[in-house]
Amino acid sequence: MRKEFAKGLIDNFSLYPKQVFITGDLGFMALEEVRNVFADRFINAGVAEQNMVTIAASLAYEGFIPWVYSISPFVTLRPYEQLRNDVCLHNLPVKVVGNGGGYGYGIMGSTHHNNEDIGAMRILPNMKVLVPLVPTDVNEAIIWMLNNPQPNYLRLNLAANFKEHVPPFAQWRKIKSGSGAVVIGTGPVLGNLLELPDEIYQKLEIWAVSIFPIEDIPVELINRVNQCKRVLTMEEHSGNGGLNEAIAPFLLRNQASPSKYINIFSKGYPSGKYGDQSWHQEESGLKGDSLLNTIQDLLK
Amino acid sequence: MSNVPELPSIVKSIKKRFLKMYFNAKAGHIGSSLSCTEILTFLKFSWMNENDELVLSKGHAAAVLYSVWAEAGIISEEEINTFYKNGTYLSAHPPVNKIKGIPFATGSLGHGLGLAAGLALASKLKKDDRKIFCVTSDGEINEGSTWEAVLFIKAQQLNNLIWIIDRNKLQGFGHTESIMPLEPLNEKLLAFGFDVIRINGHDINDFQKAKNGCQNCNKPTVIIADTNKGNGWEGMQDKLECHYLPMNLAQYEAMMLELAD
Repeated sequence: MRKEFAKGLIDNFSLYPKQVFITGDLGFMALEEVRNVFADRFINAGVAEQNMVTIAASLAYEGFIPWVYSISPFVTLRPYEQLRNDVCLHNLPVKVVGNGGGYGYGIMGSTHHNNEDIGAMRILPNMKVLVPLVPTDVNEAIIWMLNNPQPNYLRLNLAANFKEHVPPFAQWRKIKSGSGAVVIGTGPVLGNLLELPDEIYQKLEIWAVSIFPIEDIPVELINRVNQCKRVLTMEEHSGNGGLNEAIAPFLLRNQASPSKYINIFSKGYPSGKYGDQSWHQEESGLKGDSLLNTIQDLLK
Repeated sequence: MSNVPELPSIVKSIKKRFLKMYFNAKAGHIGSSLSCTEILTFLKFSWMNENDELVLSKGHAAAVLYSVWAEAGIISEEEINTFYKNGTYLSAHPPVNKIKGIPFATGSLGHGLGLAAGLALASKLKKDDRKIFCVTSDGEINEGSTWEAVLFIKAQQLNNLIWIIDRNKLQGFGHTESIMPLEPLNEKLLAFGFDVIRINGHDINDFQKAKNGCQNCNKPTVIIADTNKGNGWEGMQDKLECHYLPMNLAQYEAMMLELAD
């Protein structure tokens, strides 16, 4: 989604003149054109993410809309207290962008992965977390962020490409109908469902969550859960603090009563070995045979 | 803007107010406020213009900040009386978004210099002529984020920023030079590209000289103000205890007597 992100920034630059873009020394072969367009509003703050976030807080206090950009863990977990104190406690519109949530950085290894970002960010006061799903989401998310007067975190990853028409970017979206089981997921990992045998894929009803914290749950989804009785949650994120834990209270409060409720998520590094993003997803049961087996069991 | 001869009486008034606040609240951090009273007083009453900003990075000295702001008529005496009480805006460290002239909640050390740098950058982008002042402790120079800000300030040539270090040489659990030695601090900051001015942080005349000295500076400026923690608190000055302990009645009365007109 980096290309879509850079294009979105450039397309919206003149429409929102208070923007400042700050990078933590990243953007080679991606943000050169953004640098050209933003000119003196493009700042390379160096490899100093704590200061970068603090600077952004002050710029936001002064009426600017600052973007801060780095690889996901370096712009979320490294400056976590700066985000909490300087940005979120003051409810300032700093726009945090993390490239490569989950296992997005693949073979780069565990220091570059971020399976804790959604949980860590969604509990910060005033923070809204955006997890785009498909390529067109990125520009819509950028516009959403530019119009939201609060702190935001945007998790960029490789976009999914569904055959179905995906509704515009929103907290809840129904991607497709199905009568066998309801899959609720966040982010492009949902695209792994497209690799399932078609007769299985057709049985799935797929819903995506793209904005956290959850504010409400659609009545239609509760009804579908109660009809299908089988639910799978799916996220490229730790099982703690992520999608499943965010939606479970809403299912409970709304008397959803699935007979099977299965959660798949990033399991970390079970073998201690490394690979590309797909390899890690497979090791966590988020892709391939293990995903197929889980869904076959769910449908029984 | 006050003249230097008027400042000692303003300092006394500010001290009396915050000592009363601390005494009534049975609160600590008294030494931290006594350490930087002259710094904040000079900035507010003899240096800052109306639109200039001050970031007190050593948020644990909030009482002196509140007292200075009360002296300037920004905080009411009625509100001052709520210090430390349930339901107050005047917490032990500066609050979020509630008091004019206190742009940020501080208290976690190592944030203030970056916040000031961001304000100074905003001022440059807006092409206004504000000055941004930041008062840090010396202990928080241990923080890596302080040095990130130092590098950034130089990289962006933020010569509209004036950083004052309250150099009282005591930090949380010992002396700065025995924990994470800072000296030679002048040379370190010179090497980072700052104009460095070193003064006696309790001497108003020294501040006037420092102010005159950076009228035309084209580099970022740091003023290292040598101070005494718990300045003027007999038996407690320059001791760790003055950071943590509240005053007893005899100490309070003795200090108030010393400050009497």
